[in-house]
Amino acid sequence: MRTGPLDYLARWPLRLWLAGVGLFLYLPLVSLVAFSFNDSKRTTVWRGFTLDWYAQLWEDGELVAAFGNSLVIAAASTLISLVLGTAAALLLWRFRFAGKSVLEAVLGLPIVVPEICLGVAFLVFFTAIVPWPTELPWPANLGAIIIAHATFSFSFVALVVRARLASFDGALAEAARDLGAGEWLIFRDIMVPHLVPGLVAGALLAFTLSLDDFVITFFTSGPDTITFPIKVYSMVRFSVTPAVNAASTLLILLTAALTALALWLQGADIAKQAA
Amino acid sequence: MTTGQSIIRFEGVTKRYGKVVAVDNVDLEVREGEFFALLGPSGCGKTTLLRMLAGFEVPSEGRILIDGQDVTQVPPNKRPVNMVFQNYAVFPHMSVADNVGYGLKVDGIGGSERARRVEEALALVKLDALGSRRPDQLSGGQRQRVALARALVKRPRVLLLDEPLSALDAKLREAMRTELCQLQAQVGITFVMVTHDQDEALALADRCAVMQRGLLQQVASPSDLYEFPASRFVADFIGSVNMLEGRLVVDEPDHAEVAVAGFDQPVFLDHGVTGAAGTTLWLALRPEKIELHKWAATPPHPGDAPPGRNVVAGTITHVAYLGSESLYEVALADGQKLKALRSNLTRWDQEDFALGETVWLAWHACSPAVLLS
Repeated sequence: MRTGPLDYLARWPLRLWLAGVGLFLYLPLVSLVAFSFNDSKRTTVWRGFTLDWYAQLWEDGELVAAFGNSLVIAAASTLISLVLGTAAALLLWRFRFAGKSVLEAVLGLPIVVPEICLGVAFLVFFTAIVPWPTELPWPANLGAIIIAHATFSFSFVALVVRARLASFDGALAEAARDLGAGEWLIFRDIMVPHLVPGLVAGALLAFTLSLDDFVITFFTSGPDTITFPIKVYSMVRFSVTPAVNAASTLLILLTAALTALALWLQGADIAKQAA
Repeated sequence: MTTGQSIIRFEGVTKRYGKVVAVDNVDLEVREGEFFALLGPSGCGKTTLLRMLAGFEVPSEGRILIDGQDVTQVPPNKRPVNMVFQNYAVFPHMSVADNVGYGLKVDGIGGSERARRVEEALALVKLDALGSRRPDQLSGGQRQRVALARALVKRPRVLLLDEPLSALDAKLREAMRTELCQLQAQVGITFVMVTHDQDEALALADRCAVMQRGLLQQVASPSDLYEFPASRFVADFIGSVNMLEGRLVVDEPDHAEVAVAGFDQPVFLDHGVTGAAGTTLWLALRPEKIELHKWAATPPHPGDAPPGRNVVAGTITHVAYLGSESLYEVALADGQKLKALRSNLTRWDQEDFALGETVWLAWHACSPAVLLS
């Protein structure tokens, strides 16, 4: 008997597994989103549809400021990690040198080291070793968080760009050189266009990572530098109201949209290469 | 064709990669306006030689001159040469016109002049209508034309071609051969081509250099390479050949005789060899220069040799019917085999030379090429 692609779903262990995933992973998310529209102060009983909680978020000055902080931090750390990550990827792709394998391993460290360790490390670094001035005007007071975010997200950018570089045809660079282009023109006219999908995907990845980071930000933020996830956390500690649901829903929406965009860009690129 | 002045000179050029010698002390001259081919098996150093000419490799020793100027240390983007890459290396993110115009843009030639020259170049390679296409919408042959136009639009002193036809299918290759020749005549630029395909080199080039293991073996016109090879390697590499090892027994100014194992009589040559009696040498005898004759009691008499000379009997052991001609493998009494090619001049006489038939093989006294190395 032939088995179709979905026939295995007929077996009970797999049905159980699917039900478990639905129950424990998606039901909490669905209820979180649903109750953000609930016309009640309590988050357990459905009373009717409303957008009041979203309006209330908008009136919460601290929350809006925290959201602004998060966007600025994400944008700045993305820009820094894009430049550093691309440079690192180019270095590892183009040259052979002593200690290259060590550098490659070190580059992957921020991905594997537990976030809590990085957080503590940054805390110690920015208080004891290089104290970050606290009285700076906005947005310079976010500098420590921006540096911390760039530190872990540039590894991801480097990985994505490196993967893209592997498919670069060196003959194209030689052809451009043969036609009179110097190093800079080869980079600008030939390499960057090839790297664009990797650069966009890397940037979106860095942006998303920065936007929803909690642990590292928690250790590097001060009283005046609250980010969106940290604000949500403090709201939860105060009281769990549907306003928290609404804030979380916004965050989910934003990160999901950015991740989808990154995946779509990479998918479109793979499809193009396969064609 | 044209035999102008020297345009490229390699002087004692050697290229080493670690202990491997890719190009070994090459002296070579290419003349203005000629179509020059670098020919040899893979790994013989021909591509390295071309890449040194383009500037992508720097010689370990020696000098390279273009128009009398020492360009040995000049980077590729500053040389008056342009290259057509083996897989064309057409920029995938640019339109056909942008590809062709790229070299001019880099040189700061803008606006209307660039547009005009791009148009001219596209017309030259018959791609006038496709300027706005993307490379992924082109066939392999069209991509090659883009690569040609992109290099020619810069009006280089020398155009370099790296295995230009190897990526095309057989029919297209034939057509492109003719077109490359016409294109070269039209633009009057010196072409230097690398190829491992001897047919391609013979058909296209005015002169060829045959290389083996980094050494230049012979530089000559295609017909000289074929009819007057300088060594066993060249004779064997270009075309098909029967290689007979022999000993010089008679050497007079107007004729010579070479004893070959398995032959009753020494092979008769209509010219002197200038070697001591007893010298070992080789006779390169092309299959199409061996005549096949039907069996008869008295052997046939090949024109310019004394009676009974340059004639051996044998048995046909294999026939490859190729349509316009047939290739016969004939075993002599001692078992050694000779190849003979015979044009199928009439529609039935090949029936006289069937498998297993005994035949006479005969050749003229001027046919074998005498090789000392």
